[in-house]
Amino acid sequence: MSVVIEAKGLDLTFGTGEGAVHALADIDLSIESGEFVSLIGPSGCGKTTLLRVIADLEKPTGGTISVNGVSPEEARLARAYGYVFQAAALYPWRTIAGNISLPLEVMGMSKAERQQRIAKNMELVNLTGFEKKFPWQLSGGMQQRASIARALSFDPDMLLMDEPFGALDEIVRDHLNEQLLKLWAQTKKTVVFVTHSIPEAVFLSTRIVVMSPRPGRIHEVIDCDLGDDRPLDIRETPKFLEIAHRVREGLRLGHSYED
Amino acid sequence: MLERRGFSALLYDRIVPIGVVVAVIVVLWYGFAVLLNAQFERDQAARAKTEITTSQLIERTLSQDRPLLPAPHQVVSEIWDTTVMKKITSKRSLVYHGWITLSSTLLGFLMGTVLGISLAVAIVHSKVLDRSLMPWIIVSQTVPILAIAPVIIVVLNAIGISGLFPKALISTYLSFFPVAVGMVKGLRSPDVMHLDLMRTYNSSAAQVFWKLRWPASVPFLFTSMKVAVAISLVGAIVGEMPTGAVAGLGARLLSGSYYGQTIQIWSALFSAAVLAAVLVMLVDLVSRIVLRRMGMAQ
Repeated sequence: MSVVIEAKGLDLTFGTGEGAVHALADIDLSIESGEFVSLIGPSGCGKTTLLRVIADLEKPTGGTISVNGVSPEEARLARAYGYVFQAAALYPWRTIAGNISLPLEVMGMSKAERQQRIAKNMELVNLTGFEKKFPWQLSGGMQQRASIARALSFDPDMLLMDEPFGALDEIVRDHLNEQLLKLWAQTKKTVVFVTHSIPEAVFLSTRIVVMSPRPGRIHEVIDCDLGDDRPLDIRETPKFLEIAHRVREGLRLGHSYED
Repeated sequence: MLERRGFSALLYDRIVPIGVVVAVIVVLWYGFAVLLNAQFERDQAARAKTEITTSQLIERTLSQDRPLLPAPHQVVSEIWDTTVMKKITSKRSLVYHGWITLSSTLLGFLMGTVLGISLAVAIVHSKVLDRSLMPWIIVSQTVPILAIAPVIIVVLNAIGISGLFPKALISTYLSFFPVAVGMVKGLRSPDVMHLDLMRTYNSSAAQVFWKLRWPASVPFLFTSMKVAVAISLVGAIVGEMPTGAVAGLGARLLSGSYYGQTIQIWSALFSAAVLAAVLVMLVDLVSRIVLRRMGMAQ
Protein backbone atom coordinates (compact mmCIF):
# COMPACT_ATOMS: atom_id res chain seq x y z
CA MET A 1 0.00 0.00 0.00
CA SER A 2 1.17 3.47 -0.80
CA VAL A 3 0.77 6.66 1.13
CA VAL A 4 -1.78 9.02 -0.43
CA ILE A 5 -2.07 11.74 2.20
CA GLU A 6 0.90 12.84 4.24
CA ALA A 7 0.79 15.78 6.65
CA LYS A 8 3.76 16.92 8.74
CA GLY A 9 3.61 19.66 11.37
CA LEU A 10 0.52 21.09 9.67
CA ASP A 11 -0.66 24.38 11.14
CA LEU A 12 -3.57 26.68 10.31
CA THR A 13 -4.52 29.96 11.94
CA PHE A 14 -7.55 31.93 10.79
CA GLY A 15 -7.16 35.70 11.04
CA THR A 16 -4.46 37.59 12.88
CA GLY A 17 -3.93 39.42 16.17
CA GLU A 18 -6.52 39.27 18.94
CA GLY A 19 -9.23 37.51 16.94
CA ALA A 20 -6.94 34.83 15.52
CA VAL A 21 -8.25 31.27 15.77
CA HIS A 22 -5.74 28.47 15.93
CA ALA A 23 -7.73 25.86 13.98
CA LEU A 24 -5.02 23.25 13.42
CA ALA A 25 -1.81 22.75 15.38
CA ASP A 26 1.05 20.45 14.56
CA ILE A 27 -0.90 17.80 12.66
CA ASP A 28 1.07 14.70 11.70
CA LEU A 29 -0.95 12.19 9.76
CA SER A 30 -0.36 9.71 7.01
CA ILE A 31 -3.15 7.87 5.22
CA GLU A 32 -2.54 4.93 2.94
CA SER A 33 -4.34 3.97 -0.23
CA GLY A 34 -7.56 2.04 0.34
CA GLU A 35 -7.91 3.04 3.99
CA PHE A 36 -11.14 4.27 5.58
CA VAL A 37 -10.03 6.90 8.08
CA SER A 38 -12.44 8.76 10.31
CA LEU A 39 -11.70 12.10 11.93
CA ILE A 40 -13.68 12.38 15.15
CA GLY A 41 -13.89 15.09 17.78
CA PRO A 42 -16.17 17.76 19.23
CA SER A 43 -17.17 20.91 17.35
CA GLY A 44 -14.23 23.25 16.92
CA CYS A 45 -11.56 20.53 16.95
CA GLY A 46 -10.61 21.29 13.36
CA LYS A 47 -11.74 18.00 11.80
CA THR A 48 -13.63 19.70 8.98
CA THR A 49 -10.80 22.22 8.55
CA LEU A 50 -8.31 19.36 8.15
CA LEU A 51 -10.52 17.77 5.51
CA ARG A 52 -10.79 21.12 3.72
CA VAL A 53 -7.00 21.50 3.77
CA ILE A 54 -6.67 18.07 2.13
CA ALA A 55 -9.22 19.23 -0.48
CA ASP A 56 -7.39 22.55 -1.03
CA LEU A 57 -10.45 24.48 0.12
CA GLU A 58 -8.28 26.03 2.88
CA LYS A 59 -4.58 26.88 2.75
CA PRO A 60 -2.44 25.84 5.74
CA THR A 61 -0.33 28.53 7.38
CA GLY A 62 2.49 26.17 8.34
CA GLY A 63 3.89 22.67 7.90
CA THR A 64 3.67 20.48 4.83
CA ILE A 65 1.00 18.32 3.28
CA SER A 66 1.02 16.17 0.18
CA VAL A 67 -1.88 14.47 -1.56
CA ASN A 68 -1.04 11.74 -4.07
CA GLY A 69 2.57 12.85 -3.77
CA VAL A 70 1.81 16.42 -4.91
CA SER A 71 0.43 19.55 -3.25
CA PRO A 72 -3.31 19.63 -2.43
CA GLU A 73 -3.76 22.27 -5.11
CA GLU A 74 -2.21 20.12 -7.80
CA ALA A 75 -4.26 17.18 -6.59
CA ARG A 76 -7.43 19.28 -6.80
CA LEU A 77 -6.54 20.46 -10.29
CA ALA A 78 -6.02 16.82 -11.23
CA ARG A 79 -9.46 16.03 -9.78
CA ALA A 80 -8.05 13.49 -7.36
CA TYR A 81 -10.99 13.44 -4.97
CA GLY A 82 -14.75 13.60 -4.74
CA TYR A 83 -16.08 15.73 -1.90
CA VAL A 84 -19.33 15.04 -0.07
CA PHE A 85 -20.66 17.90 2.04
CA GLN A 86 -22.74 17.93 5.21
CA ALA A 87 -25.78 18.80 3.13
CA ALA A 88 -26.41 17.10 -0.20
CA ALA A 89 -25.79 20.44 -1.98
CA LEU A 90 -27.64 19.28 -5.09
CA TYR A 91 -28.50 22.01 -7.58
CA PRO A 92 -32.27 22.47 -7.33
CA TRP A 93 -32.69 23.26 -11.04
CA ARG A 94 -31.08 19.99 -12.11
CA THR A 95 -32.68 16.57 -12.00
CA ILE A 96 -30.89 13.83 -10.07
CA ALA A 97 -29.29 12.59 -13.29
CA GLY A 98 -28.43 16.20 -14.15
CA ASN A 99 -26.73 16.67 -10.81
CA ILE A 100 -24.62 13.56 -11.22
CA SER A 101 -23.81 14.76 -14.70
CA LEU A 102 -22.48 18.11 -13.41
CA PRO A 103 -18.84 17.14 -12.71
CA LEU A 104 -18.79 15.10 -15.92
CA GLU A 105 -19.91 18.14 -17.93
CA VAL A 106 -17.32 20.30 -16.21
CA MET A 107 -14.69 17.74 -17.15
CA GLY A 108 -15.86 17.77 -20.76
CA MET A 109 -17.00 14.16 -21.13
CA SER A 110 -19.07 13.11 -24.13
CA LYS A 111 -22.80 12.62 -23.78
CA ALA A 112 -22.57 8.87 -24.22
CA GLU A 113 -19.85 8.62 -21.59
CA ARG A 114 -21.89 10.77 -19.20
CA GLN A 115 -25.00 8.66 -19.62
CA GLN A 116 -23.12 5.46 -19.02
CA ARG A 117 -21.51 6.85 -15.84
CA ILE A 118 -24.78 8.30 -14.55
CA ALA A 119 -26.50 4.94 -14.95
CA LYS A 120 -23.62 3.08 -13.29
CA ASN A 121 -23.35 5.37 -10.29
CA MET A 122 -27.09 5.68 -9.75
CA GLU A 123 -27.21 1.93 -9.58
CA LEU A 124 -24.30 1.92 -7.15
CA VAL A 125 -26.28 4.03 -4.66
CA ASN A 126 -29.61 2.28 -5.40
CA LEU A 127 -31.27 5.29 -7.02
CA THR A 128 -32.06 3.75 -10.40
CA GLY A 129 -35.47 5.00 -11.55
CA PHE A 130 -35.11 8.43 -9.95
CA GLU A 131 -33.11 9.98 -12.80
CA LYS A 132 -35.76 12.48 -13.80
CA LYS A 133 -36.80 13.55 -10.30
CA PHE A 134 -35.80 16.92 -8.92
CA PRO A 135 -33.94 17.01 -5.58
CA TRP A 136 -36.94 18.31 -3.61
CA GLN A 137 -38.92 15.25 -4.66
CA LEU A 138 -36.47 12.98 -2.80
CA SER A 139 -36.00 12.31 0.93
CA GLY A 140 -32.92 13.62 2.74
CA GLY A 141 -31.26 10.20 2.70
CA MET A 142 -31.86 9.76 -1.01
CA GLN A 143 -30.50 13.24 -1.70
CA GLN A 144 -27.32 12.41 0.19
CA ARG A 145 -27.00 9.16 -1.78
CA ALA A 146 -27.32 11.16 -4.98
CA SER A 147 -24.56 13.46 -3.77
CA ILE A 148 -22.33 10.41 -3.12
CA ALA A 149 -23.07 9.17 -6.63
CA ARG A 150 -22.09 12.60 -7.92
CA ALA A 151 -18.78 12.45 -6.02
CA LEU A 152 -18.07 8.97 -7.40
CA SER A 153 -19.20 9.69 -10.96
CA PHE A 154 -15.81 10.84 -12.25
CA ASP A 155 -14.07 7.95 -10.52
CA PRO A 156 -11.66 9.84 -8.24
CA ASP A 157 -9.10 7.91 -6.13
CA MET A 158 -10.33 9.45 -2.94
CA LEU A 159 -13.61 10.25 -1.27
CA LEU A 160 -13.58 13.11 1.25
CA MET A 161 -16.75 13.13 3.33
CA ASP A 162 -17.66 15.91 5.75
CA GLU A 163 -20.28 14.61 8.21
CA PRO A 164 -22.37 13.41 5.28
CA PHE A 165 -25.01 11.73 7.43
CA GLY A 166 -25.03 14.26 10.27
CA ALA A 167 -28.39 15.75 9.34
CA LEU A 168 -30.20 12.42 8.87
CA ASP A 169 -32.19 10.41 11.40
CA GLU A 170 -30.58 7.38 13.00
CA ILE A 171 -32.43 4.72 11.03
CA VAL A 172 -31.55 6.27 7.67
CA ARG A 173 -28.05 6.79 8.95
CA ASP A 174 -27.62 3.09 9.86
CA HIS A 175 -28.85 2.13 6.44
CA LEU A 176 -26.51 4.53 4.64
CA ASN A 177 -23.56 3.41 6.80
CA GLU A 178 -24.14 -0.16 5.64
CA GLN A 179 -24.41 0.96 2.02
CA LEU A 180 -21.29 3.07 2.30
CA LEU A 181 -19.30 0.07 3.57
CA LYS A 182 -20.47 -2.01 0.61
CA LEU A 183 -19.58 0.82 -1.73
CA TRP A 184 -16.13 1.12 -0.19
CA ALA A 185 -15.58 -2.64 -0.56
CA GLN A 186 -16.63 -2.48 -4.22
CA THR A 187 -14.69 0.62 -5.24
CA LYS A 188 -11.53 0.30 -3.06
CA LYS A 189 -11.37 4.06 -2.73
CA THR A 190 -9.48 5.82 0.02
CA VAL A 191 -12.05 7.47 2.28
CA VAL A 192 -11.50 10.28 4.77
CA PHE A 193 -14.66 10.65 6.80
CA VAL A 194 -15.45 13.41 9.29
CA THR A 195 -17.98 12.55 11.99
CA HIS A 196 -18.94 13.30 15.55
CA SER A 197 -20.61 9.94 16.11
CA ILE A 198 -18.51 7.32 17.89
CA PRO A 199 -20.54 4.27 16.71
CA GLU A 200 -20.45 5.56 13.14
CA ALA A 201 -16.67 6.01 13.24
CA VAL A 202 -16.07 2.56 14.74
CA PHE A 203 -18.50 0.84 12.40
CA LEU A 204 -17.00 2.30 9.23
CA SER A 205 -13.31 2.89 9.77
CA THR A 206 -10.06 1.03 9.52
CA ARG A 207 -8.47 3.79 11.60
CA ILE A 208 -9.95 6.48 13.81
CA VAL A 209 -8.19 9.79 14.34
CA VAL A 210 -9.31 11.30 17.66
CA MET A 211 -8.97 15.07 17.65
CA SER A 212 -9.23 17.60 20.46
CA PRO A 213 -10.12 21.29 20.44
CA ARG A 214 -8.40 24.65 21.09
CA PRO A 215 -6.13 24.40 19.23
CA GLY A 216 -7.33 21.62 16.93
CA ARG A 217 -4.87 18.74 17.14
CA ILE A 218 -4.62 14.98 16.88
CA HIS A 219 -4.90 13.37 20.28
CA GLU A 220 -4.67 9.74 19.34
CA VAL A 221 -4.97 7.40 16.34
CA ILE A 222 -6.85 4.17 17.06
CA ASP A 223 -6.75 1.09 14.84
CA CYS A 224 -10.16 -0.34 14.18
CA ASP A 225 -9.50 -3.92 13.05
CA LEU A 226 -13.02 -5.31 12.92
CA GLY A 227 -12.38 -7.01 9.57
CA ASP A 228 -14.15 -6.56 6.28
CA ASP A 229 -17.45 -8.20 7.08
CA ARG A 230 -19.38 -5.79 9.26
CA PRO A 231 -23.10 -6.37 9.66
CA LEU A 232 -25.00 -3.79 11.73
CA ASP A 233 -25.12 -6.32 14.60
CA ILE A 234 -21.37 -6.05 15.00
CA ARG A 235 -22.06 -2.99 17.09
CA GLU A 236 -23.14 -5.19 20.00
CA THR A 237 -20.00 -7.33 20.02
CA PRO A 238 -17.44 -6.90 22.84
CA LYS A 239 -14.72 -5.99 20.36
CA PHE A 240 -16.78 -3.16 18.87
CA LEU A 241 -17.69 -1.86 22.31
CA GLU A 242 -14.07 -2.00 23.41
CA ILE A 243 -12.93 0.13 20.46
CA ALA A 244 -15.81 2.55 21.05
CA HIS A 245 -14.74 2.77 24.68
CA ARG A 246 -11.18 3.57 23.66
CA VAL A 247 -12.38 6.32 21.35
CA ARG A 248 -14.49 7.80 24.14
CA GLU A 249 -11.53 7.62 26.55
CA GLY A 250 -9.39 9.34 23.93
CA LEU A 251 -11.94 12.11 23.55
CA ARG A 252 -12.14 12.51 27.34
CA LEU A 253 -8.35 12.69 27.74
CA GLY A 254 -8.31 15.23 24.89
CA HIS A 255 -10.56 17.46 27.01
CA SER A 256 -13.45 17.05 24.61
CA TYR A 257 -16.02 16.70 27.36
CA GLU A 258 -15.02 19.86 29.21
CA ASP A 259 -16.69 23.23 28.94
CA MET B 1 -59.87 23.44 7.07
CA LEU B 2 -61.88 22.10 4.20
CA GLU B 3 -60.06 22.72 0.96
CA ARG B 4 -62.08 24.26 -1.84
CA ARG B 5 -61.56 23.13 -5.40
CA GLY B 6 -62.32 24.22 -8.95
CA PHE B 7 -64.89 26.91 -9.53
CA SER B 8 -65.82 27.18 -5.88
CA ALA B 9 -62.18 27.92 -4.99
CA LEU B 10 -61.97 30.52 -7.74
CA LEU B 11 -65.20 32.11 -6.52
CA TYR B 12 -64.35 32.28 -2.83
CA ASP B 13 -60.59 32.85 -3.03
CA ARG B 14 -60.47 35.28 -5.94
CA ILE B 15 -63.74 36.65 -7.30
CA VAL B 16 -65.48 37.48 -4.02
CA PRO B 17 -62.59 39.29 -2.27
CA ILE B 18 -61.48 41.17 -5.40
CA GLY B 19 -65.11 42.02 -6.23
CA VAL B 20 -65.67 43.43 -2.76
CA VAL B 21 -62.63 45.67 -3.02
CA VAL B 22 -63.66 46.89 -6.50
CA ALA B 23 -67.20 47.60 -5.28
CA VAL B 24 -65.91 49.64 -2.34
CA ILE B 25 -63.62 51.66 -4.65
CA VAL B 26 -66.47 52.34 -7.10
CA VAL B 27 -68.80 53.52 -4.31
CA LEU B 28 -66.12 55.81 -2.86
CA TRP B 29 -65.35 57.11 -6.32
CA TYR B 30 -68.99 58.07 -6.98
CA GLY B 31 -69.08 59.74 -3.57
CA PHE B 32 -66.01 61.83 -4.31
CA ALA B 33 -67.22 62.66 -7.82
CA VAL B 34 -70.41 64.13 -6.36
CA LEU B 35 -68.53 66.01 -3.64
CA LEU B 36 -65.84 67.47 -5.90
CA ASN B 37 -68.10 68.39 -8.79
CA ALA B 38 -70.92 69.85 -6.64
CA GLN B 39 -69.36 73.29 -6.21
CA PHE B 40 -69.44 73.91 -9.96
CA GLU B 41 -73.14 73.03 -10.18
CA ARG B 42 -74.00 75.23 -7.18
CA ASP B 43 -72.13 78.14 -8.79
CA GLN B 44 -73.98 77.56 -12.05
CA ALA B 45 -77.30 77.53 -10.27
CA ALA B 46 -76.44 80.66 -8.30
CA ARG B 47 -75.44 82.46 -11.47
CA ALA B 48 -78.72 81.48 -13.16
CA LYS B 49 -80.50 82.45 -9.95
CA THR B 50 -82.27 79.09 -9.75
CA GLU B 51 -82.57 76.51 -7.04
CA ILE B 52 -81.56 72.92 -7.65
CA THR B 53 -82.73 69.92 -5.67
CA THR B 54 -80.29 67.39 -4.25
CA SER B 55 -81.29 64.73 -6.78
CA GLN B 56 -80.74 67.19 -9.64
CA LEU B 57 -77.39 68.11 -8.15
CA ILE B 58 -76.25 64.50 -7.97
CA GLU B 59 -77.46 63.78 -11.48
CA ARG B 60 -75.63 66.79 -12.93
CA THR B 61 -72.38 66.21 -11.04
CA LEU B 62 -72.15 62.80 -12.66
CA SER B 63 -72.64 63.99 -16.23
CA GLN B 64 -70.50 67.11 -16.61
CA ASP B 65 -68.45 67.65 -19.78
CA ARG B 66 -65.30 68.65 -17.92
CA PRO B 67 -65.74 67.41 -14.38
CA LEU B 68 -63.09 67.84 -11.73
CA LEU B 69 -63.40 64.12 -11.11
CA PRO B 70 -65.20 62.14 -13.81
CA ALA B 71 -67.57 59.43 -12.65
CA PRO B 72 -66.62 55.79 -13.37
CA HIS B 73 -69.31 55.32 -16.03
CA GLN B 74 -68.05 58.41 -17.91
CA VAL B 75 -64.53 56.99 -18.01
CA VAL B 76 -65.81 53.57 -19.07
CA SER B 77 -67.86 55.00 -21.89
CA GLU B 78 -64.95 57.20 -23.04
CA ILE B 79 -62.67 54.14 -23.12
CA TRP B 80 -65.35 52.20 -25.02
CA ASP B 81 -65.72 55.05 -27.52
CA THR B 82 -62.01 55.43 -28.12
CA THR B 83 -61.13 51.74 -28.35
CA VAL B 84 -63.95 49.66 -29.77
CA MET B 85 -65.78 52.40 -31.65
CA LYS B 86 -62.76 53.95 -33.40
CA LYS B 87 -60.58 52.50 -36.11
CA ILE B 88 -57.26 51.59 -34.54
CA THR B 89 -55.41 53.71 -37.08
CA SER B 90 -57.34 56.80 -35.98
CA LYS B 91 -55.46 59.47 -34.03
CA ARG B 92 -58.35 59.42 -31.58
CA SER B 93 -58.10 55.70 -30.90
CA LEU B 94 -56.69 54.70 -27.52
CA VAL B 95 -55.51 51.45 -29.09
CA TYR B 96 -53.35 53.46 -31.49
CA HIS B 97 -51.88 55.56 -28.68
CA GLY B 98 -51.55 52.50 -26.46
CA TRP B 99 -49.57 50.70 -29.15
CA ILE B 100 -47.19 53.67 -29.54
CA THR B 101 -46.51 53.63 -25.82
CA LEU B 102 -46.32 49.84 -25.66
CA SER B 103 -43.75 49.59 -28.43
CA SER B 104 -41.33 52.00 -26.78
CA THR B 105 -42.04 50.35 -23.40
CA LEU B 106 -41.07 46.94 -24.76
CA LEU B 107 -37.96 48.21 -26.53
CA GLY B 108 -36.87 50.09 -23.40
CA PHE B 109 -37.63 47.10 -21.19
CA LEU B 110 -35.57 44.83 -23.42
CA MET B 111 -32.61 47.22 -23.47
CA GLY B 112 -32.92 47.84 -19.73
CA THR B 113 -32.96 44.12 -18.96
CA VAL B 114 -29.90 43.48 -21.12
CA LEU B 115 -28.08 46.47 -19.62
CA GLY B 116 -29.05 45.46 -16.07
CA ILE B 117 -27.85 41.89 -16.55
CA SER B 118 -24.58 43.04 -18.13
CA LEU B 119 -23.87 45.44 -15.29
CA ALA B 120 -24.65 42.77 -12.70
CA VAL B 121 -22.34 40.26 -14.39
CA ALA B 122 -19.54 42.84 -14.45
CA ILE B 123 -20.11 43.81 -10.84
CA VAL B 124 -20.17 40.24 -9.56
CA HIS B 125 -16.92 39.40 -11.33
CA SER B 126 -14.90 42.48 -10.47
CA LYS B 127 -14.36 44.03 -7.05
CA VAL B 128 -13.20 47.25 -8.67
CA LEU B 129 -16.40 47.56 -10.69
CA ASP B 130 -18.46 46.64 -7.64
CA ARG B 131 -16.99 49.62 -5.78
CA SER B 132 -16.93 52.05 -8.69
CA LEU B 133 -20.17 51.25 -10.54
CA MET B 134 -22.62 50.51 -7.76
CA PRO B 135 -22.68 54.04 -6.27
CA TRP B 136 -23.34 55.54 -9.72
CA ILE B 137 -26.11 53.08 -10.40
CA ILE B 138 -27.81 54.12 -7.17
CA VAL B 139 -27.21 57.84 -7.77
CA SER B 140 -28.70 57.53 -11.27
CA GLN B 141 -32.04 56.65 -9.72
CA THR B 142 -32.08 59.62 -7.36
CA VAL B 143 -32.18 62.03 -10.31
CA PRO B 144 -35.84 62.86 -11.00
CA ILE B 145 -36.81 61.28 -14.31
CA LEU B 146 -38.98 64.28 -15.12
CA ALA B 147 -35.85 66.42 -15.15
CA ILE B 148 -33.76 64.02 -17.22
CA ALA B 149 -36.38 63.02 -19.79
CA PRO B 150 -36.64 66.35 -21.68
CA VAL B 151 -32.84 66.59 -21.75
CA ILE B 152 -32.52 63.17 -23.39
CA ILE B 153 -35.30 63.88 -25.87
CA VAL B 154 -33.96 67.30 -26.85
CA VAL B 155 -30.31 66.23 -27.09
CA LEU B 156 -31.12 63.18 -29.20
CA ASN B 157 -33.44 65.23 -31.37
CA ALA B 158 -30.62 67.72 -31.98
CA ILE B 159 -28.46 64.94 -33.43
CA GLY B 160 -31.28 63.64 -35.55
CA ILE B 161 -32.58 60.79 -33.43
CA SER B 162 -36.28 61.00 -32.70
CA GLY B 163 -39.37 58.84 -32.44
CA LEU B 164 -39.31 55.51 -30.68
CA PHE B 165 -35.69 55.29 -29.56
CA PRO B 166 -35.36 58.34 -27.26
CA LYS B 167 -38.53 57.32 -25.40
CA ALA B 168 -37.27 53.76 -25.11
CA LEU B 169 -34.04 55.13 -23.70
CA ILE B 170 -35.95 56.73 -20.83
CA SER B 171 -37.61 53.39 -20.14
CA THR B 172 -34.17 51.82 -20.20
CA TYR B 173 -32.90 54.41 -17.75
CA LEU B 174 -35.57 53.40 -15.26
CA SER B 175 -35.78 49.67 -15.88
CA PHE B 176 -32.11 48.68 -15.83
CA PHE B 177 -31.95 49.52 -12.14
CA PRO B 178 -34.15 46.82 -10.57
CA VAL B 179 -32.65 44.26 -12.96
CA ALA B 180 -29.07 45.22 -12.07
CA VAL B 181 -29.74 45.17 -8.32
CA GLY B 182 -31.79 41.96 -8.47
CA MET B 183 -29.24 40.18 -10.63
CA VAL B 184 -26.29 41.17 -8.45
CA LYS B 185 -28.14 39.54 -5.58
CA GLY B 186 -29.15 36.57 -7.74
CA LEU B 187 -25.68 35.92 -9.14
CA ARG B 188 -24.36 36.02 -5.58
CA SER B 189 -27.09 33.76 -4.23
CA PRO B 190 -25.32 30.36 -4.58
CA ASP B 191 -24.17 29.29 -1.14
CA VAL B 192 -20.59 28.52 -0.19
CA MET B 193 -21.13 24.79 -0.50
CA HIS B 194 -22.30 25.06 -4.12
CA LEU B 195 -19.31 27.26 -4.95
CA ASP B 196 -16.87 24.95 -3.13
CA LEU B 197 -18.32 22.04 -5.07
CA MET B 198 -17.45 23.72 -8.37
CA ARG B 199 -13.99 24.42 -6.97
CA THR B 200 -13.39 20.75 -6.20
CA TYR B 201 -14.11 20.01 -9.86
CA ASN B 202 -11.48 22.53 -10.91
CA SER B 203 -14.08 24.36 -13.00
CA SER B 204 -13.40 27.54 -14.93
CA ALA B 205 -15.00 30.89 -14.12
CA ALA B 206 -17.19 30.50 -17.20
CA GLN B 207 -18.41 27.11 -16.00
CA VAL B 208 -19.15 28.50 -12.54
CA PHE B 209 -21.16 31.23 -14.22
CA TRP B 210 -23.19 29.15 -16.67
CA LYS B 211 -23.69 26.07 -14.52
CA LEU B 212 -24.19 27.74 -11.15
CA ARG B 213 -24.56 31.51 -10.91
CA TRP B 214 -26.80 31.99 -13.93
CA PRO B 215 -29.39 29.29 -13.18
CA ALA B 216 -29.37 30.26 -9.50
CA SER B 217 -30.22 33.85 -10.43
CA VAL B 218 -33.21 33.09 -12.67
CA PRO B 219 -35.87 33.52 -9.94
CA PHE B 220 -34.27 36.87 -9.02
CA LEU B 221 -34.26 37.90 -12.68
CA PHE B 222 -37.99 37.38 -13.04
CA THR B 223 -38.81 39.19 -9.83
CA SER B 224 -36.86 42.24 -10.95
CA MET B 225 -38.25 42.03 -14.49
CA LYS B 226 -41.76 42.37 -13.07
CA VAL B 227 -40.78 45.68 -11.49
CA ALA B 228 -38.79 46.71 -14.58
CA VAL B 229 -41.63 46.20 -17.06
CA ALA B 230 -44.00 48.34 -15.02
CA ILE B 231 -41.58 51.24 -14.67
CA SER B 232 -40.63 50.93 -18.34
CA LEU B 233 -44.21 51.92 -19.06
CA VAL B 234 -43.89 54.88 -16.72
CA GLY B 235 -40.69 55.86 -18.54
CA ALA B 236 -42.34 55.67 -21.95
CA ILE B 237 -45.24 57.84 -20.80
CA VAL B 238 -42.90 60.40 -19.27
CA GLY B 239 -40.89 60.36 -22.50
CA GLU B 240 -44.00 61.21 -24.52
CA MET B 241 -44.68 64.41 -22.64
CA PRO B 242 -41.84 66.76 -23.67
CA THR B 243 -42.08 65.80 -27.36
CA GLY B 244 -45.02 68.11 -27.84
CA ALA B 245 -47.59 65.46 -27.17
CA VAL B 246 -47.80 63.92 -30.63
CA ALA B 247 -48.81 60.38 -29.87
CA GLY B 248 -48.97 57.83 -27.09
CA LEU B 249 -50.72 57.57 -23.75
CA GLY B 250 -48.45 60.30 -22.38
CA ALA B 251 -49.59 62.58 -25.17
CA ARG B 252 -53.23 61.83 -24.34
CA LEU B 253 -52.56 62.77 -20.73
CA LEU B 254 -50.86 65.99 -21.69
CA SER B 255 -53.34 67.14 -24.36
CA GLY B 256 -56.15 66.22 -21.99
CA SER B 257 -54.73 68.56 -19.40
CA TYR B 258 -54.12 71.34 -21.97
CA TYR B 259 -57.80 71.37 -22.90
CA GLY B 260 -59.23 70.46 -19.53
CA GLN B 261 -60.44 67.11 -20.88
CA THR B 262 -60.46 65.29 -17.57
CA ILE B 263 -62.36 62.33 -18.93
CA GLN B 264 -59.65 61.84 -21.55
CA ILE B 265 -56.96 62.06 -18.87
CA TRP B 266 -58.66 59.47 -16.71
CA SER B 267 -59.27 57.09 -19.58
CA ALA B 268 -55.60 57.35 -20.59
CA LEU B 269 -54.61 56.72 -16.97
CA PHE B 270 -56.79 53.65 -16.82
CA SER B 271 -55.47 52.31 -20.08
CA ALA B 272 -51.93 52.75 -18.79
CA ALA B 273 -52.79 50.95 -15.56
CA VAL B 274 -54.42 48.06 -17.40
CA LEU B 275 -51.49 47.86 -19.80
CA ALA B 276 -49.04 47.74 -16.88
CA ALA B 277 -51.08 45.03 -15.16
CA VAL B 278 -51.17 42.94 -18.33
CA LEU B 279 -47.41 43.32 -18.84
CA VAL B 280 -46.65 42.30 -15.25
CA MET B 281 -48.99 39.31 -15.55
CA LEU B 282 -47.28 38.23 -18.78
CA VAL B 283 -43.84 38.35 -17.15
CA ASP B 284 -45.28 36.42 -14.22
CA LEU B 285 -46.70 33.80 -16.56
CA VAL B 286 -43.37 33.33 -18.35
CA SER B 287 -41.67 33.17 -14.95
CA ARG B 288 -43.99 30.38 -13.78
CA ILE B 289 -43.45 28.36 -16.93
CA VAL B 290 -39.66 28.72 -16.85
CA LEU B 291 -39.35 27.98 -13.12
CA ARG B 292 -41.58 24.93 -13.43
CA ARG B 293 -39.39 23.61 -16.24
CA MET B 294 -36.31 24.23 -14.11
CA GLY B 295 -37.90 22.29 -11.27
CA MET B 296 -37.82 25.30 -9.00
CA ALA B 297 -41.58 25.80 -8.68
CA GLN B 298 -42.79 23.12 -6.34
